[in-house]
Amino acid sequence: MSLTQAVFILLGGMAVLGALGMVTLRNLFHSALAMILALFSIAGIYVLLEAEFLAVVQVLVYVGAIAMLILFGIMLTRDIVGRASAVRNRQWPLALAVSAGLLAVLAVALVRAAWPLATYAPAQGGVADLGLALMGPYALPFEVASVLLLVAMVGALIIAREARE
Amino acid sequence: MIPLTWYLVLSAVLFCIGLYGVLARRNAIAILMGAELMLNSANINLAAFERYVAAGSVAGQVFVIFNIAVAAAEAAVGLALILAIYRSRDTVSVEEVDLLKG
Amino acid sequence: MSIDWIELIIVVVKALIVAFGLLIGFAYLTWFERRLVGRFQMRIGPNRVGPAGLLQPVADALKMFFKEDFVPGQADKPLFIMAPGIAMSAVLISFAVVPVGPSIRLFGREITLYLADVNVGMLVVIAVLSLGVYGIILGGWASNNKYSLLGGLRGAAQVISYELPYGLSLVGVFMLAGSLSLKDIVEAQARVPFIVLQPLAAIVFFFAAVAEANRSPFDLVEAENELVAGYHTEYSSIKFALYFMAEYISMIVASALMVTLFLGGWQGPFLPGIVWFFIKLVFMLFVFVWIRATWPRIRYDRLMAWSWKLLVPLSVANILVTAGALVLRDMGVF
Repeated sequence: MSLTQAVFILLGGMAVLGALGMVTLRNLFHSALAMILALFSIAGIYVLLEAEFLAVVQVLVYVGAIAMLILFGIMLTRDIVGRASAVRNRQWPLALAVSAGLLAVLAVALVRAAWPLATYAPAQGGVADLGLALMGPYALPFEVASVLLLVAMVGALIIAREARE
Repeated sequence: MIPLTWYLVLSAVLFCIGLYGVLARRNAIAILMGAELMLNSANINLAAFERYVAAGSVAGQVFVIFNIAVAAAEAAVGLALILAIYRSRDTVSVEEVDLLKG
Repeated sequence: MSIDWIELIIVVVKALIVAFGLLIGFAYLTWFERRLVGRFQMRIGPNRVGPAGLLQPVADALKMFFKEDFVPGQADKPLFIMAPGIAMSAVLISFAVVPVGPSIRLFGREITLYLADVNVGMLVVIAVLSLGVYGIILGGWASNNKYSLLGGLRGAAQVISYELPYGLSLVGVFMLAGSLSLKDIVEAQARVPFIVLQPLAAIVFFFAAVAEANRSPFDLVEAENELVAGYHTEYSSIKFALYFMAEYISMIVASALMVTLFLGGWQGPFLPGIVWFFIKLVFMLFVFVWIRATWPRIRYDRLMAWSWKLLVPLSVANILVTAGALVLRDMGVF
C-alpha cells in the first residue's frame, strides 16, 4: 500500500466515522460536531484528488459557514442544557433496511462497473482554469447560482424574521 | 495511486448514511444535516470522475461549486423554516409538526 | 515513494522556528502592548521585572502555569478541553503560507523563508482562520454558562459577519497580482505596494482583521461589563492562556498579512528582506495597540451594521472599480 492510499483510508475512515456519529449521537450538538469532522475529512479527500480549490471552498463554506449556521440553529431551538429527546422516529428499522440495501446495490454496481478510465494526467492549472470556466462556458449557470443565493438569503431573512404587529 | 472505485465506494457509504439520517432522525435539524451529507457525497463523486474519467476538463469542479452554492442556499432557507416552526409550535421534531393532518 | 530527508528536516526546523517565533512574539507583544498603553494613558507600565520590564512576560507565564486548572462540574469536558486548542492551532497554522523574506542560501541550499507556497495560499489563510471561530463557539457552549454561551454566540456572529469584507476586500489585490499565492503577491508589489493602488481595500481589510482578531474596539466577545468575560468566563490557567495566546497571535498574523498584502511584504531598500518584514510588522502591531488605546468599544448592533452596511458594499464597489480599471488598462486607455 502506498502512502497516498494510507492517507485515503485514514481520511475516508474519519469521514465515515463522523457520518455515523452524526446519525447516531443522542446530543444534537455532538452530532453536528461529528458532521463537521466528516466535512473536514472530505476536504482532505479533495486534496488527494488534487482539487485544492475545492478543499479550501469546502472548509470555508461548509465547515466555516454552513456547519456554523447549523450549530446556531441547534443553539436557538434548544435549551442550553440540551435535554435529549428521542433520536429516531418509528420508521427507523425500515430506514436502516433501505439505506443498507441501497448501499449493497451501489457497492456491487460500482465495483463491477468498467469505468472508461482516462490516462492519468497531471491536474489542470487549478484556480485560473476554474475561473475561466466559470466566466466562459459556465457563465449562465454561474449567474443563476448567484441569483439563487440572493433569493435564498432574502427568503431566509423574511421567513426567520420575528413577525411584527 | 488510489483506484477510482475507492472514492466511489466512500461516496456511496456517506450517501447511504446521510439517507438513513434523513429517514430515521426525528429532529428537523438532524434531517437537514443528513441532506447536507448526501450532497457532499455527490460532490466527491463529481470531483473523482473529473479526475479519473474526464481528465483535462474542469467541469466536475465547476459542478461541485454550483452544488455547494445550492447546499448553502438550502441550509439557509431550511434553518429559517425550522426557526419559524420552532417559534410557532415550540418544537423541532418533524413528527409533531402535523397541522395539515386532518 | 522516496523522501528527500534533508528537505523534510528543513521543513520541520522551519515549522519549529515559526511556532516558537510566534510564541515568543506573543510573549513580547503583551509586554509591548502594556508598555505602550501605559504611555498612552500617562503611566509607566510594567517596569519592575528585569530591565525595562523585559522579564514581565516570563513572570506572567509562571503565574499562569501555577494557577488552578478548573473545569466546571456541568461542563462538556472533552469539548471544554479541546476548544482553546482549536483556537490556538487555527492561528498557528495560518502563518504557514506567509513569506517573511526572499529565499536565502545556507550551506549551498536554497532555503525559502515560508513553510508552504500553496497556489491557493491566501484562501488557505482565510479558511484556516475561519476555523478559529470554533474555538470561541465550542468554548462558550462547553462551559455551560449563560454568559459564556452569549459571548460565544456573539463572537461567532461577529467573526462570520467580518469574514465577508475580509475576503471580499482582498479580491482587488488578487486581481492586481493575478495570483492567490502570497509569494506572488509580494513579488507583484516590487514597484508599488498595493496600499497605494488599493487604499480602500487596505482600510476595509484592516478593520475586518481587527474584528476577526476580536480586538478593541470590536472586542464585544469579551465585553466585561455585559458578559463577565465572554466565552472564556469559566477558563483559567493554561487553557485561558491558550485563548489569550490565540488572540495575540491572531493579531500578529493579521499584521503579517497586512504587511504581505498591502505594504510590499519583505521588499524594501538597503536592509535585508527579513528586517524590513519585521519593521513593518512592528509598525502594524503599534497601530493595533494605538487603536486599542484610543477607541472605545462600539455597540453590538453598530458592529453588525458596520460590517453589513458599510464594509461589504465598500469592498464590492472596490472590486468593480478595480475590474473596470484593469479592463481599461488592457484596452490601452492608460
